[in-house]
Amino acid sequence: MAVIAESARLAVKPVSRFRFILDRRDVLGSIFIAPAILYVLLLVGVPFLLAVYYSVSAYTLYDPTWRFVGLANFEQIIQNPVFLETLGNTFLFTFGSNLLGLIMGKFGALLLLRPFPGRKIVRALIILPWAVPIALATIAWEWMFDSLYSVINWTLIALGIVTRDDAPNWLGSPHLAMLCIIIINAWRFFPFAIVIFLAGITAVPQDVIDAATVDGAGFWRRNYQIILPMILPIVAIGLIFGIVFTFTDLSIVFLLTNGGPSGATSVLGFEGFQVGIASGDVAHGAAISLFMLPVLLIVVIGMLRFIRRREI
Amino acid sequence: MAAVSTRDIIKKFDEIPAVNGISLTVPDGEFMVLLGPSGCGKTTFLRIICGLEKQTSGDLMIGGAVVNDLPPRARGVAMMFQSYGLYPHYTVRKNISFPLRTQRVPGAEIERKVAWASQMFGIGHLLDRRPRQLSGGERQRVALARALVREPTALLLDEPLSNLDAKLRSSARQEIKQFQQRVGVTTIYVTHDQVEAMGMGDRIAVIDHGQVRQMGTPSEIYDDPADRFVATFVGTPPMNIVAQNGGYLGFRPENFLPKAMIKDAACTEFKFRVDRSEYLGSERIVYGVLEGFDPKQAITAKLPPAHVADEWIRPGEWHSFAVRDSALRHFDQDGKRAGRH
Amino acid sequence: MRRILAITGRETAFYGAVAFFVIVCAFPFYWMLITSLKTNSDLYNVTNIPFWFTEAPTLEHFRYLFEQTLFVRWLLNSLVIGLCVTAITLVTAIPAGYSLARMSGRNGEALGIGIFLTYLVPPSLLFLPLSRIVADLGLQNSMWSLVLVYPTFTIPFCAWLLMGFFKAMPPEIEEAAIVDGCSLFGAFMRMTVPLSLPAILTVVIFTFTLTLQEFVYALTFISSSDQKPVTLGVVTDLVRGDVFYWGELMAGALIASIPVAIAYNLFLDRFISGITGGAVK
Repeated sequence: MAVIAESARLAVKPVSRFRFILDRRDVLGSIFIAPAILYVLLLVGVPFLLAVYYSVSAYTLYDPTWRFVGLANFEQIIQNPVFLETLGNTFLFTFGSNLLGLIMGKFGALLLLRPFPGRKIVRALIILPWAVPIALATIAWEWMFDSLYSVINWTLIALGIVTRDDAPNWLGSPHLAMLCIIIINAWRFFPFAIVIFLAGITAVPQDVIDAATVDGAGFWRRNYQIILPMILPIVAIGLIFGIVFTFTDLSIVFLLTNGGPSGATSVLGFEGFQVGIASGDVAHGAAISLFMLPVLLIVVIGMLRFIRRREI
Repeated sequence: MAAVSTRDIIKKFDEIPAVNGISLTVPDGEFMVLLGPSGCGKTTFLRIICGLEKQTSGDLMIGGAVVNDLPPRARGVAMMFQSYGLYPHYTVRKNISFPLRTQRVPGAEIERKVAWASQMFGIGHLLDRRPRQLSGGERQRVALARALVREPTALLLDEPLSNLDAKLRSSARQEIKQFQQRVGVTTIYVTHDQVEAMGMGDRIAVIDHGQVRQMGTPSEIYDDPADRFVATFVGTPPMNIVAQNGGYLGFRPENFLPKAMIKDAACTEFKFRVDRSEYLGSERIVYGVLEGFDPKQAITAKLPPAHVADEWIRPGEWHSFAVRDSALRHFDQDGKRAGRH
Repeated sequence: MRRILAITGRETAFYGAVAFFVIVCAFPFYWMLITSLKTNSDLYNVTNIPFWFTEAPTLEHFRYLFEQTLFVRWLLNSLVIGLCVTAITLVTAIPAGYSLARMSGRNGEALGIGIFLTYLVPPSLLFLPLSRIVADLGLQNSMWSLVLVYPTFTIPFCAWLLMGFFKAMPPEIEEAAIVDGCSLFGAFMRMTVPLSLPAILTVVIFTFTLTLQEFVYALTFISSSDQKPVTLGVVTDLVRGDVFYWGELMAGALIASIPVAIAYNLFLDRFISGITGGAVK
């Protein structure tokens, strides 16, 4: 007791207000978040506005003037039948691969839900397509789809399904090439769908499932009337990722088919790259890329609304 | 150590007042308990005193100085949290010395004070452990040691016993009170448990809806409740309240006795119909209704068990009960005590 | 007996389905491995069974990759890019996540969603203007352009991840430190940061893997071989004109894939709770 008594200090020291400005939550909070917001504003916000500006100018790498041309670029693009095909390809690619990925994801999640020996290893292997950089995986697929040395064709021939003469030229025929990029993207997306489904299902409280079982709900009813509605928000988030990243992707197409054969697999992101970077027509490239925006906005806003509503 | 006083403290969250004008003074060295139901604003008020929340309006004085604009570290108060808030990544020694290190107290003095605190709280053997290796009681001692080691202007405790089981609670209660008396620190203790409040407080402030309903010693609160809320919040079972003559009449269950047991004093008689009785060993609680009053108004009587045999109290029977007039409390129609000061 | 048959049938179907999924997922990587170890004469002979070695396995492709190409340089580039981006991300995203979780009041949630949405702004929308900005800054054709640009998606993602983590942390410990004499900043540095090391480690891992996975910006900004990160280097520089060096390609892809695959598997659960944070309560 004596120890603390002798060193008793003044109860409250007189101090200026300014010294404690950083002790205000709102002040320090703004300082804490400022660098992140600045970074994003400068390197996402500014480029975005720049992209909008490019799209209404006549800017090319060879003629870097900023002449304003209004919506002329957009008009020219829409009137181009190749672009309409690209737009169609993009939708087909996005919805085909996400649907396929989602179905495989749901199915895979049902399998992984059940404990069995080696489940950890199986899960680790199933995650691979999503984890590994897509550019590298695409190269492996390209080798598997090779016109001459395709391991898939070799297997089909060995099984007697096709002969060497009429073996499919995967990347060389328009429909098959589209199928290939859809398959690769679904292959990359579905492990993500699996873990999303698993995370959702494990988050459903066991007593809710038990209660439903006691109330007489069978396997399918439990799955589709109890569990599915409860995990929908989490699935919606997964889908946002899937759709946004597929709709804007260009690496698979760039590496696998280069848009071909004859434009059959050209998608928006790839077309924007071809026109804007490869051909140097920045203005048209930017305008093509901006066609993604409405779709992205609709998807994101729709999903966010959906999530909000379910939370209440 | 210093007195703590507040003047008309108001705290609003989104325009909804959590604390609605609390003025109180805790003199130097007093043990003040803030008692109220959960959500009554008592914890918010405590957080305003230590500076974790800033009041919307009103003044806060510690040791006579207005500290409204000072952050917690300049107020010199100590706080013990509901689950103690021990630093999990520090040893007990570093936990206790932390408040001294933040004030840049010289090393030798830190050692001296830690030794003093660990000796006082009997935790010398725990100094090199981490919080998760301690029992509940040990954690409380460490938290107290950490709070008191720097000689705080005031010690604030936020429901510190709510994480302990019933058995540990009474010994923990005693421990806190004992150390508080030994150190003599001004203490503000928040709880919703009236047993803690009655047993520990020098004075109790009963709080409801962000306002102080009554402030006084435990016996004042119990015997002389200022309004119906205080009368029914304190005491188990709570005070019986019946409507009478446009106001209310209140009496405590232990004062509601068979007429035969009251011989010496002036009393008021009631006809009491027994509905149910519970034998609790040390007492018997009898539930029923009064003749001539609202038949839905349940009335309880707390009887010494030895005085009444089981056969005597049977459900459905009418008995003559009475309350000494000195034990009757009258409330006006707003629920305030009638004719009080 | 019939029951036993039914159960056996169901078990066979179950493990068959599991096997199908495993093969679908893992075969491309097995194919990388087997290709990278085969001699060229074995590779390019359609009469050989492709799933196994007909001739003895060889490390020739790996030797070529390490000695005759810039592969080591690309790995180093990726490492430098990853480290720098991680540093930038940590310094900005940790305070930002904390601010969103604890200090921004009611605006915090809206601001948090806003920051997260920027993560969804795709590279294919931004690479044109960004390549111009990069050129104006004199970073054209330099890996430092990637160090500058990659935080645009790692910061939002990690700030979101950390926000969820900080929200789940009880505030009591920080508050105790504040009452015990710390400033807000002091409590953040001495309590929050050390206590959230697991989350910070997760952020480090994922920032690193995100930089390894990125392809579009690297492709757009960089054409000099010695500046390429490993993902870009492998898929562009090991193809000469129309000639694919399949053995070397697969060897490089395999090596670059391994660290990411391991990291994902170790930190998968944290990652999932991070991106779905808040959707399931």
